[in-house]
This record gives sequence, C-alpha cells and structure tokens, in this order.
Amino acid sequence: MTAVLEKLLFYWNYPFVRYALAVGVLIALCSSLLGVTLVLKRFSFIGDGLSHVAFGAMSVASVMKLTDDIPLTLGITVVSAILLLRTGQHTKIKGDAAIAMISVGALAVGYLLMNLFSTSANLSGDVCSTLFGSTSILTLTQTEVWLCAGLSVLVAAVFVLFYNKIFAVTFDEDFSKAVGTKAEVYNLVIAVTVAVVIVLAMNLVGSLLISALVIFPAISAMRVYQNFRAVTICSAALSVVCAVLGILVSILGGTPVGSTIVAVNITAFLLFSAVGRWMGGGGG
Amino acid sequence: MAQLICCNLSAGYEGKAVVRNLNFQVHAGDYLCIVGENGSGKTTLMKTILGLHPPISGKIFMDNGLKNRKIGYLPQQTDVQKDFPASVREIVLSGCQGRCGNRPFYSRTEKQMAEDAIRKMEISHLAKRCYRSLSGGQQQRVLLARALCATQKMLVLDEPVSGLDPKVAAQMYAQIEKLNREDGITVIMISHDIEAALRYATHILYIGDRLFFGSNASYQRQFSQAFPGLKGKGGDQS
Repeated sequence: MTAVLEKLLFYWNYPFVRYALAVGVLIALCSSLLGVTLVLKRFSFIGDGLSHVAFGAMSVASVMKLTDDIPLTLGITVVSAILLLRTGQHTKIKGDAAIAMISVGALAVGYLLMNLFSTSANLSGDVCSTLFGSTSILTLTQTEVWLCAGLSVLVAAVFVLFYNKIFAVTFDEDFSKAVGTKAEVYNLVIAVTVAVVIVLAMNLVGSLLISALVIFPAISAMRVYQNFRAVTICSAALSVVCAVLGILVSILGGTPVGSTIVAVNITAFLLFSAVGRWMGGGGG
Repeated sequence: MAQLICCNLSAGYEGKAVVRNLNFQVHAGDYLCIVGENGSGKTTLMKTILGLHPPISGKIFMDNGLKNRKIGYLPQQTDVQKDFPASVREIVLSGCQGRCGNRPFYSRTEKQMAEDAIRKMEISHLAKRCYRSLSGGQQQRVLLARALCATQKMLVLDEPVSGLDPKVAAQMYAQIEKLNREDGITVIMISHDIEAALRYATHILYIGDRLFFGSNASYQRQFSQAFPGLKGKGGDQS
C-alpha cells in the first residue's frame, strides 16, 4: 500500500500528470451531464456519429500539420452536429441512415488521408492513439489544457443555465412547443454542446470510446435514482470518480488511459445494476 | 366572448391537408368535444390550433388572454416518457416553463403554483414518486396538473382516458368536468368515446366524411337516427 502511495506521489511531481488529472476530471464531468438527455431522447447515436466525424477532422488537422488541432476539429464537429440534427428532422434520408453514412464516411476518409499524407514513421500508432486515445491526455500542451478547462466550464455553465429547459424539452417536446418554448433552439444547444464534449473527450479516451463516457454514467445512475435531478448529479459524480480511478490505475499499471476508464465505468454499471435490482427500484 | 375562432381552416402536414374548411368558434367556459374516426385528422387539427403545425390555409384567431400560448396541453403519452426518470413534482413544475420565458430558473410563485396544481389533482402523496412507477390513471393526473400550471383559461386534451379502465376513466372525466364547471376553464377534448362526449360536452365538432359543428343538443337532434342508443361509431346509417 505504501509502495503504491509512494509511486503516486512520485508521479504527482510531474506537471503533465497533474494536468491529465485536472483535465480528465473536467471532461468526465461535462461529458456525463448530457448523457441522460441523449439516452432519453434516443440521441445516443448522434454522439457516436459525431465522434467519427471528429476523428476525420483530426486527421485533416494532422495532415495540414497544425500544431493545435482542437479549433479545427471543434469547428467541423459543431457544424456536423447542426447538420445531423437538421437531417434528422426534415430530409428524405432517415436520421439513422444519414448518421451512419456520415460517421463511416468520416472514419474512412480520415484514415485514407492519414495514410496518403503520412507525416510520421509510426502511422498505425498515430491512428490507434486517435481512436483509443492511448496517451494523448498525458501529452497535452499547456494551451490545450487551458482550452479544455475553459470549454469544460462553458459546457457545465450552459447545462446549469438551461437545466430546466433541457429537462422540459427532453420530457415532452410537443408540450414545450405548445407553451411557447423554442424547442428547436434548445435541441440545437444540446447538439452543439454534445459536439464540444466529444472534441474534448477525444483527448481523454479517443474517438471510438467517447460514447461510453457519455452514456455509461447516465445509464448507471438511472438504475438507482428515480428523479431527474438525482440522476444528473449522480451520473456527474460517478463519471468523475470513474475517470480519476481509471487515470490512477492506468498510471500505476501502465494500461491505456481510455480503455481503463471505460472498464471502470463498466464495473460501476454492473455494480449500480445490482444495487438497483436489490432496491427493487430502477426500471427496464 | 369567443376565445378561439377558426375560419376556413385546413389543417395537415407537409403541405397536404387532412381536414378542410373548418369553421367553428369556442367561447369561454365551453366544453368542446372533437369526435370522428381514426385518421380523420383530430390530432392534426389540435396540433394546428396549438401552433405546432402551421395551418395549410385559413385563419385561427385567439383571444388576447391566450395570445402568449397560455393553453394547457395534455398530449398522448410518448415512448420516451414511459421509462423517464423524473419525479411527479419535476414534471408538474415543467408546466410553468412558458411563464418562465427566458429566465433559467423557476421562481417561488411558480413552485407554489405547481404545489397547488398537485393538490388540486389529489396527487400530493405521489409528489416524490417516480413518474414511470405510477399507474396509467395517476400518470394522466400528473400531466393534467402540468397542463394546469400552463393555463387558467383553456385546456386542450388529446384522448385523456385512452388506455384507462372504465372506473379510472370515469374519475378522469369527473375531474375534467369539475375544472370546467367550477373553475370556468374552457375544455377542448379529442375523444373516441361518443357516449362520454355527449354526456359532458356543451358543443360537438365532428370530423369525417362530413363535418358538423354545433351544440350538443343540435348534434343529438340531427344524428339521433344515425346513433340509435348513441353508441354508433360512424356517421353512416347502413
């Protein structure tokens, strides 16, 4: 036990470890906030599609040899989020088909670009770290750390400010429209916020594992708690705890950060399901 | 005084009209039942009145008191709601969202309003319970309480008793009648149940192969042969 503590203290001296923990906590917090809404609005697949778009955008950024790829990735992903939301509502191509097309397309084009204009000797390593985020959380520059922190605070603030409206629109869009709430505006707010969360979370767990970070805490919390506020608070707390545990375990054991965090989340989900069943509550 | 006037209204979606050339008006304190067969466009008409769809043609006029969408709407249940983790109090309070406007949080007055609506619907003992754990009748009372938070003038109800057993349905009808008689709230209700419609409504709007709008009594006079025992489903005699 003391050996573990000593090792942790040793790592704590390195600024990149402290950055990783701070950014990890912030990202975990804001990615879990919208999870409940996404699950309940049947929007989980939008998150998944967007994460692939973000991968494509990131490979474009790396081909263009941008030192700071977050702004470009963020821009492209936000625009895609708005477009996906619109296609879901109006066009002839059904929502899920459109999302499947865009997400697989972005994945393929992204990999193709990285292959054609390869800038590094270790291509498959690069792709792997973009998809599964192996170590990128530990290699963030100071600018990126501040950008991540700023965006996380922004996402959390938007969520708190629009909490009541997001709840209302999620529970019953028609009623909201009938009493004059601009449901489309709030749907847009939700989609844009999700896009920001995804770009942020890409640094932590990589683009393929983001959905897990968004959805697992929400579903776990829904097993145990019976009202929206408690579910939201619990999923935020759970997500932060899982992220911290995951990062610590990965530092100690040398495991990849992203998949370790997801593994901790899966364990928490099983635990919460058992508790939910034991309490006789929860649903579905 | 007329609260709601529909002039040559055609309602539908994606540019296709489902109901055409409707003319009717609703006065304060009226109890209007919209009846007609499945697919005749009752819900479409209701959504057009609520402003969820634009009208295909024609005009809807509303009294000043209702201009700011001060209508309480009780929609049919959706799949999302069936496993929604929300307490009764949270849902009823969301009925105040129209009053809130762009203000992000609910005021004390609005919270009190939600408490009053909960008491009025006799669901105080359920206030902390989770919506998905309630029975069908209890869920409808919650949604009715939410609608009451949005209005003091007009309730618009889409099949409020569908899926309820007869005893619970009768309680629901009694509750709605009480709101109409004692609080003077105008009721517009879509119903399958012609018998109940004729028992409670002051006015009937029939939508189908032919249109009818008029008082309950004149409807019964005109259609008494078509509905022997008032149990028929359609307007056709054969």
